Amino acid sequence: MQAIKLTDALIEERKNSITVKGSVEAKQKQSLTCDAESVAGCVSQRACVYCGARVVLNPVTDAIHLVHGPIGCSSYTWDIRGSLSSAADLYRNSFCTDLKEHDIIFGGEKKLAFAIDELVRKYDSRLVFVYSTCVVGVIGDDLEAVCKAAAEKHNIEVIPVQSSGFIGNKSAGYRAACDSLLRLIEPNSGDVKDIVKIPDSINYLGDFNLAGEVWIIKSYLEQIGVKVNVAFTGDSHCDALKKAPAAALNIVQCAGSMRYLAQKMEEIYDIPCLNISFIGLQDTADSLRKIADWFSNEAMLKRAEKLIEKKTAEVKPLLRNYRKKLEGKKAAIFVGGGFKAVSLIKQFKEIGIDVVMVGTQTGSQEEYETINDLADEGTVILDDANPSELEKFMTEKGADLLVGGVKERPLAYKLGMAFIDHNHDRKHPLSGFVGAVNFAKEVYSTVCSPVWKYAKD
Amino acid sequence: MKKENLHYKNVNENPCNMCMPMGGILPFKGLENSMVIIHGSQGCSTYMRRHMAEHFNEPIDVGSTSLNEKGTIYGGGNNLKRGLDNILKVYQPGLIGVLTTCLAETIGEDTERLSAEYLLERGMPDYPVIPVPTPGYGGSHAEGYWLAVRKIVGKLARETEPHNKINIIIPNISPADIREIKRLLQLMQADYTLLPDFSDTLDRPYERSYKKMPEGGTKVSDIIRMAGAMATVQLGLTVDENYSPGLYLEREFGVPFYNLPIPMGVESVDLFLKVLSDLTGNDVPECLLQERGRLLDCMIDSHKYNFQGKSVIFGEPELVYAISRTCLENGIKPVVVATGSKTGRLSELLKPLLDEASEKNFILEETDFVTVRSKSKEAGANIAIGHSDGKYLTERESIPLVRMGFPIHDRVGGQRLLSVGYTGTTMFLDRVTNKLLENKHGNYRKLIYQNFYRGTGRKKLCCPGS
Ligand code: SF4
Repeated sequence: MQAIKLTDALIEERKNSITVKGSVEAKQKQSLTCDAESVAGCVSQRACVYCGARVVLNPVTDAIHLVHGPIGCSSYTWDIRGSLSSAADLYRNSFCTDLKEHDIIFGGEKKLAFAIDELVRKYDSRLVFVYSTCVVGVIGDDLEAVCKAAAEKHNIEVIPVQSSGFIGNKSAGYRAACDSLLRLIEPNSGDVKDIVKIPDSINYLGDFNLAGEVWIIKSYLEQIGVKVNVAFTGDSHCDALKKAPAAALNIVQCAGSMRYLAQKMEEIYDIPCLNISFIGLQDTADSLRKIADWFSNEAMLKRAEKLIEKKTAEVKPLLRNYRKKLEGKKAAIFVGGGFKAVSLIKQFKEIGIDVVMVGTQTGSQEEYETINDLADEGTVILDDANPSELEKFMTEKGADLLVGGVKERPLAYKLGMAFIDHNHDRKHPLSGFVGAVNFAKEVYSTVCSPVWKYAKD
Repeated sequence: MKKENLHYKNVNENPCNMCMPMGGILPFKGLENSMVIIHGSQGCSTYMRRHMAEHFNEPIDVGSTSLNEKGTIYGGGNNLKRGLDNILKVYQPGLIGVLTTCLAETIGEDTERLSAEYLLERGMPDYPVIPVPTPGYGGSHAEGYWLAVRKIVGKLARETEPHNKINIIIPNISPADIREIKRLLQLMQADYTLLPDFSDTLDRPYERSYKKMPEGGTKVSDIIRMAGAMATVQLGLTVDENYSPGLYLEREFGVPFYNLPIPMGVESVDLFLKVLSDLTGNDVPECLLQERGRLLDCMIDSHKYNFQGKSVIFGEPELVYAISRTCLENGIKPVVVATGSKTGRLSELLKPLLDEASEKNFILEETDFVTVRSKSKEAGANIAIGHSDGKYLTERESIPLVRMGFPIHDRVGGQRLLSVGYTGTTMFLDRVTNKLLENKHGNYRKLIYQNFYRGTGRKKLCCPGS
């Protein structure tokens, strides 16, 4: 395998954020630097705290999502996600206090209060999330007070989301969102100990129902006899979320965004949690077993095995066909969270593809260790990359395709490389057994497209 | 005719515009070998890059000073300087634009002073760094765009020997449109400097061996000489005086100033070519006259269908103006004309024209999509023309949308849409007419059945044709 010299990697301050598995440098280095501030001028692919919060909360379908800030924050996030709803669709609007110079000077609290009044009067909703943005953090509007007053006035939930853009990165936004969710589910009265647990029930954390993924997983779980109490936050609504404390177990899909919430729920409501993953064939099967195992219910286990057998038999031949076409191709991964990267490495293995570069925007130390364990020798691993680094490593490692988000797509295409969207705006499910096939199909459709015949020299 | 004043609004429901720094990025992407850095926290630049990447389908590299809590409290000077260092190292640009955000402006960052300081410290006093104050709360992306162009000209243009070039200053139109305007200029044998020119940089041809800095864009040396040009033709009728680069060149350097609409529609293209003809002394060539003839032919072919069109038009003021004029020329009545920008110009210019065409119409400035939607319904609009965020008009009100302008993020090819010149107008008009026809053909069986069929109706047979 071709050796990569990190010395000509581009920016000094980024050195500790990049490593090559098995290299001398990697062995000397303690560990990869992650969860650090982005370096100025590095053209980071990362977003902000507000972005993280918005991603997590946006799928709450019957909430008024009100952005307290300038118009940009609101317009860049208006209905760009593929989260589906089975009923309400208020979440597909983007409401904003649209702060102007005058508000910056004199404060925006009054405007915010009026905005809430107006919206509550106009739309039938029991829940308002108020997102704070950069500028609000600086001018020091007291979101807490405004929300509290509004909640009392209208007798509904008005919950602030402390997501000022500059107070950290996307992960801090996940936390802010989880804090708001915790406030929402907190029982108004009574002792936490009195909550009656629903037997064989779970909360499903960290799935945003992109292209109906929550529905797919829910159906699997119901088939094996698990009752899904509420999903956080895909296709959820105020009343359902409030029932969360009654679940017997929390399962966590997107750990990056929801591990914190699971931990808190364990502390407060005594709900244990399981990390699972429904991405890829192997992970899906393993997760179903793990859940049935947790309930130590013989019948449930049997049903799980039956379901796995049936579904696997359906998809295996399809995957085998794709595998034949894809065997030996090389993939690069650059996605938001570490959890997704880990699942993707496994999923690529299932279809015979080697991963040569793995990076994330917000992976944690632990996740990078798992990535390192799973990766082949020579794989470039990097945190918070920029386009120049992506270009350099993908080219040097001879990647045939990249998995990433919207910003990465044109770069891959310009490099003559295939591309898979693993972003929040996708329109087809990548979870569960169907998702595994969809994934392989998408990889095939891009890697084996006739277009590359004309694009290679 | 009603002009809605929405300035008192406490809440914007579904924005019709983006923020100032977003607009400011574009002109810098149209300068040769240039980079931009946004002074503020990381998210803004990432969001803007995402939006632009989706519209243009091009990698959009934009730096951020990644301001964090510390920088916000103690000042972001160091972040800016480190950011400039890193941009210079990785991209080696010939010019850097520094835009601010709401955050940087609120904490009072003086990017003018900081940049000057930086250049002195690094011993490169003549390197072009162009700061543009673009607070996110200051105006829409349209204002950001014009202010950036204005600042670029202000910073670079220098007293020069008079020469025969014509300055062409353009609004935010598609790369395909820019190429068409350049073709018209060539056919008119006009010598020109077009600013900003992102026709190649944001719509580059596929080629092997990727270049971080795309080729193309207006040359700095040409911008310097804009002060000595024979005239400025600015396609910016709706632009505020303070943001107008053409007006600046006239006032500062005495360059004769022609402010024209985007050459879209017969009258506006005629006018554009006439001005060029006057300036160059060259006649409009035969091939363009033929294109004009073809446009007229297209207009005749479709006039009856278009007569049924009642349009809602939204987006950046300059484009909205051009589209409205084109609609009017073709018998399509603009019943709702809307922009998220604050500009008094649009209604001033359009009010008399719209009133003549229809009794009831709305001109909305600083508006949002909830308003646009309700007015469109009220006015009975049956076709929408504007960017992707108007998709709700289709989804919720069944008003078909012809995508045009920026951003187009739910379809491919925003950068390839051609709508200016005689040929572009023809293509635009066909897109609109066909959308009207598609809608009509898709619905007329059902509608007529509902309206007129009064029989008992046989059960629907399953076999077609029987
Ligand atoms: S202003 Fe702040 S909160 Fe808004 S998009 Fe920019 S970084 Fe995010």
